[in-house]
Amino acid sequence: MKTSYLANKFIPVSTIVILIGIFWYLVAVPMNSDKVSRQFKNLPTGEHILKCWSLKKPKLPTPHQIITEMVNTIFFKKISSKRSLVYHGWITLQATLAGFFLGTLLGILLALGIVHNKAMDLSVMPWVIASQTIPILAIAPMIIVVMNSVGVTGLLPKAIISMYLSFFPVVVGMVKGLRSPDQIQLDQMKTWSASSNQILWYLRFPSSLPFLFASLKVGVAASLVGAIVGELPSGAIAGLGARMLAGTYYGQTIMIWSALFAAAFIAAFLVFTIDFLQKITLKKMAIIR
Amino acid sequence: MISVSDVNLTFETNDGPVNALRSVSLEVNEGDFVSFIGPSGCGKTTLLRVIAALETPTDGKVIVNNMTPDEARKAREYGYVFQAAGLYPWRTVSGNIKLPLEIMGYSASEKEDRTRKVIDLVELKGFEKKFPWQLSGGMQQRASIARALAFDANILLMDEPFGALDEIVRDRLNGELLNLWGRTDKTICFVTHSIPEAVFLSTKIVVMSPRPGRITDVIESPLPKNRDLNIRDSQEFIKIAQRVREGLKAGQTEDVF
Repeated sequence: MKTSYLANKFIPVSTIVILIGIFWYLVAVPMNSDKVSRQFKNLPTGEHILKCWSLKKPKLPTPHQIITEMVNTIFFKKISSKRSLVYHGWITLQATLAGFFLGTLLGILLALGIVHNKAMDLSVMPWVIASQTIPILAIAPMIIVVMNSVGVTGLLPKAIISMYLSFFPVVVGMVKGLRSPDQIQLDQMKTWSASSNQILWYLRFPSSLPFLFASLKVGVAASLVGAIVGELPSGAIAGLGARMLAGTYYGQTIMIWSALFAAAFIAAFLVFTIDFLQKITLKKMAIIR
Repeated sequence: MISVSDVNLTFETNDGPVNALRSVSLEVNEGDFVSFIGPSGCGKTTLLRVIAALETPTDGKVIVNNMTPDEARKAREYGYVFQAAGLYPWRTVSGNIKLPLEIMGYSASEKEDRTRKVIDLVELKGFEKKFPWQLSGGMQQRASIARALAFDANILLMDEPFGALDEIVRDRLNGELLNLWGRTDKTICFVTHSIPEAVFLSTKIVVMSPRPGRITDVIESPLPKNRDLNIRDSQEFIKIAQRVREGLKAGQTEDVF
């Protein structure tokens, strides 16, 4: 068991991480070389390369610079400080979770409508799909501005943008899931003269859970993207999106990259959490063993 | 008990109308064990589904327990066993058997009593807490029969319930089914494509032919109600089987034209 974990997970994953790392350090040299040449004349090659990896405002920061910045801003700043990555991450995470909750709710409600109502089945799905063809970057500022003008600011507008991105996979997955029982199971319910609420509760909903969890994993990642996008155009001063924007204003590439990594870690954490919930739920339901 | 008179059923398909049942008439009396036998496409399953109100005939009259099939369905007058066991993977054996009882709103103690009773009846004692994937195909089908019996409808409709099982298991379950039928006083309608199965189980054998789906012969079996598997070697049994085979053949020759 232990060796198979090593062989199947640890070794392949760490090999790729090491390869990416090597590639990263190699690319950082030509990317930052110009800047080093301008600041320091006639350095020996070895020192020139080391300088490429340790500039203050490099075009491409190296992994160790990003890690150092992250360790500093996560562990050595008060979490209430504007310089703390934990503070910004928490702001974004709140909007993400609120938007994810709203999006999941909206997605499930729409799916229930589509499955139970013929008119909704024919009319809603095209709009759901159309909603996702509009670039979120175009619609996000409008949502922020409109909600701002009616006095709604802070978390809610960001959560709405998150919801806009995350309800889609939930609708698609849940419609498929609620329709997954086969004809025999539906006929069987009919022979027991079950009401459509009973069919939903005893058959359709449990059958849809594997589909729901798959959708939630996509949805939660989309929620995070939505929250960050919501922080970009709003002149927000807090959140990972605001942190990235501030970084671009001041050429603080290391700051941008560490916010980016923080976002990636949060996304991974959220997806793994749902994966874990999925495993225990489906195991408990004996759908997987 | 069940009376079918002059029933026609036409399915509209993309290739034009299909005559699934033509002028089908049949009487099933209380306590009968009736088998519908015929090649695929002869309408035997469709006829069962008409009785269960899962299909509506184009014309003709069906009466189940003095009601229309749909009223009978709503009054839960019959239990239906499908080709596949169709157990819910997230429910244990007893959870699956309780499912129709929950839907029908039985009290908790009533659910327990009835579940215990039918689990005894299909000899699944000791397997109450197992999940479907832990059971063999034969045991799953037994659980499915228990589920159809749980709410004690006096009609049992069975659509090739043992079709997917091997012959050894099927023989045993046939014996058990006869035993069960003897102990309860259910009326059973049973769809099959196996001649020995039909002859062994039934008091009445309905032979059907395809295109259009129709009844070609109805055989009242002279075999005694109490029978065991050895009866299959008796003269009488062989004679009935022959008649069934001839009925099936007659349907086929007409089909050539």
